[in-house]
Amino acid sequence: MAIDFTVNGKPVSVSLDNEETPLLAVLRDRLGLVGTRFGCGLEQCGACTVLIDGKPEKCCAKPAWSVAGKSVVTVEGLGSAERPHPLQQAFLDLQAGQCGYCLSGILVAAKALLDENPKPTRAEIAAALDGNICRCGSHNRILKAVEKAAAMMQGARA
Amino acid sequence: MNAPLPGPLADNPSLDRWLAFPAPGKVTVFTGRVEFGQGVLTAMAQIASDELDVAIERIAVVSGDTALTANEGYTAGSLSMQGGGMALAQACADVRALFLAQAAAIAGCAASELEVRDGRFLRNGASTGQDYWTLAGAIDLTVKASGIGARKPAAERKMIGASQRRLDLPDKVFGAPAFIHDMRLDGMRHARVVRQPHRGATIAAIDEAAIRRAAKAPIEFVRNGNFLAILGDDDVAVEAAAASAATHVTWSNVERPTPLQQEANWLLQRPSLDRVIGSAEPADAQGRERFEATYTKPYLAHASLAPSCGLALYRDGRLTVWTHCQGVFPLRAALARTLKLDPSFMTVIHVSGAGCYGHNGADDAAADAAVIAMQKPGKPIRVRWRREEEFVYEPKAPAMVVKVRALLDKDGKPSDWTAEIWSGNHNGRPGGGNPLLAGEALPDQVPLPPAGEVPEANGGGATRNAVPLYDIPASRIIHHLVHETPVRVSSLRGLGAMTNVYALEGAIDELAERAGADPVAYRLSILSEPRARAVIEKAAAMANWQADAPAGTGVGRGIAFARYKNRAGYAAVVVELEVEEEIKLRHIWCAADAGLAINPDGVINQIEGGIIQSASWVLKEQVRFDNGVAAIDWDSYPVLKFSEVPEIDIELINIRADGPLGVGELTAGPTAAAIGNAVAHALGARIRDLPLTRERIMAALLKS
Repeated sequence: MAIDFTVNGKPVSVSLDNEETPLLAVLRDRLGLVGTRFGCGLEQCGACTVLIDGKPEKCCAKPAWSVAGKSVVTVEGLGSAERPHPLQQAFLDLQAGQCGYCLSGILVAAKALLDENPKPTRAEIAAALDGNICRCGSHNRILKAVEKAAAMMQGARA
Repeated sequence: MNAPLPGPLADNPSLDRWLAFPAPGKVTVFTGRVEFGQGVLTAMAQIASDELDVAIERIAVVSGDTALTANEGYTAGSLSMQGGGMALAQACADVRALFLAQAAAIAGCAASELEVRDGRFLRNGASTGQDYWTLAGAIDLTVKASGIGARKPAAERKMIGASQRRLDLPDKVFGAPAFIHDMRLDGMRHARVVRQPHRGATIAAIDEAAIRRAAKAPIEFVRNGNFLAILGDDDVAVEAAAASAATHVTWSNVERPTPLQQEANWLLQRPSLDRVIGSAEPADAQGRERFEATYTKPYLAHASLAPSCGLALYRDGRLTVWTHCQGVFPLRAALARTLKLDPSFMTVIHVSGAGCYGHNGADDAAADAAVIAMQKPGKPIRVRWRREEEFVYEPKAPAMVVKVRALLDKDGKPSDWTAEIWSGNHNGRPGGGNPLLAGEALPDQVPLPPAGEVPEANGGGATRNAVPLYDIPASRIIHHLVHETPVRVSSLRGLGAMTNVYALEGAIDELAERAGADPVAYRLSILSEPRARAVIEKAAAMANWQADAPAGTGVGRGIAFARYKNRAGYAAVVVELEVEEEIKLRHIWCAADAGLAINPDGVINQIEGGIIQSASWVLKEQVRFDNGVAAIDWDSYPVLKFSEVPEIDIELINIRADGPLGVGELTAGPTAAAIGNAVAHALGARIRDLPLTRERIMAALLKS
């Protein structure tokens, strides 16, 4: 089976021998996009969160064929060291992370939130991130970083 | 007369094990300490920057490599800065002194006439034409450290004590390869192990055809005794095959842990190795004013966000292993025992994993890869555990029972204190001679070491923080080491400190209540150590502590204090929460004196993480047993979520002190105890068993 979709704006075509191959395995092992992390394979921890047609979704158990014709955005698509997304900049500014394994999924989930709701409350940010586990206890810095990114993006729009 | 060398430097005195000048303008620092999210490598770079007088941008840090770095044992015990950091500082100071002497000889002046600015040697502010790199060829760094170099005076430090951004964080924010899980080696093959349920269990039958069907791609089996692995080129295929093996591989001689065994109180009936640390318990205790209470904590999981991963390559008679374990040298020794291979033919290299918080599956995953690599030479083997495998097979933090008995004087203050502890060990690491899981399944099993626990000289394991720091004339620990536990046990952040501080600080609160005293005032009335008093007073001030807040209103406040290991950092924590059927944390304040803070922002980050993790343990976490370990995923082992984390304020005291005291484990105990004390205040009834579940809250409310 061959499927076509876009990743971070670029069209890709992937042939699949096994129709159960998860999107995460395609991203990491076929496309070399290792920023999206494997945490559980059960769609529970959120380390593998990507945007699919703009919506945050866990992709560790989602068959890759299900994104045929769709747009996928991973953490690598948010920004780069040269051109960081405001979320990435805010996470660095506030040193929001410890081991950092959860951050890719959290950044993507936070982007989805800010796309929908540019001025979220602290409680709304927390609710949006409840599907993402952080085990190191960086929660408060992460919440504050999302607030800071929202403010930076508001400032840029003004 | 030079000061004695810091321990790790005395153990590894050759200066080339600590730093090198590999190319003009570049410095490489070697450290045996490893990064798992605590920011240790950044702190090491800060130390080297100050002690060498070289800009931090010039410094690369190499860590945890048996071929390159010093053997510093484990990165554990909140000792990285006290031990490895201070060792690196002295090594750098010695190197700086050697170079200064050489530069002075060339310049024909005294070393004291020279200064170092970003690696260049200046005299009267003018260039001497010499720098570290022009002189590097002439100076032998294989010489031993002597302590000849003077450490940078506090007033002249620029990097030590200044918050510095973590060097490793950008890769993690931009999604770059940052973890061992992201390593891709040429020709790499993927593998999973079909786990032996426990030592002594034997394979009865393997339905290979069924497993191959589940894989949906070519796989092969690697078998040696009761070690069975599935190997293939496609990670998805080996994962599916391994998941199916639960039904297609049957085992004999299997005993599975039961619900009865999951409870800490089960330990009370078990055989144990017993000892008393301290004076004998007074014979005349009966009839005197006394207090007695029992506190328990269940088995806990490290619950690292990433399942363990290991890579290994056996080629041309040499074995290279990549691992995210906490000690590459102890792992190499354990692999040598397991594989019957001379360690001089092995290199073990650390690569970051997710936070581990103690001894998780990392060492075992590396051993899995090594065993397979030895049987399949020539190609790199990658083993990544499955999520269920991590939960079930990683070592658990042992359940504990702590009975506190105190005799009270006429003012209701403790005059004699006994902590009686039942626990499995906190010392299951392979460095202690314990087998790696793969080794238990191989035909020629490594023998089990004698039962043991972390020595008191290292802060103790189950006994850690069992004795209060308060002014109590006599105290002792009665320690029952339960050497056979239903599951493998080992170290988790703080070892026994969390449970012991929960017990003793709970007991102190109960004694305060009994004496009709405010918990803060009562503590201060029996505590003379100034640094201890200072954190309690500070935390109470931060929280605007009210002495007469009524109990039983559903909203409560609690305070707790500990000095970690009774000899490291000091922390006091105040918690405000509300309780209905469940506990909602509102606010946590923490005052900490962890001594010299190399990277103050990093220290605060670690302390905050320790607070949140301890809160998660106390409110939510327990590994249950039900015909096996029943914690298999994040639904059966929930941890604290974003919406459940309270606002947290942290203040550091004494950050310009002479030396660092360690931070990673500082708040495990005080946070747990402050939550317990706040719940007791909110309910007007105390819960002495962890975790603080809805059932226990309802039971406590019925009693009150």
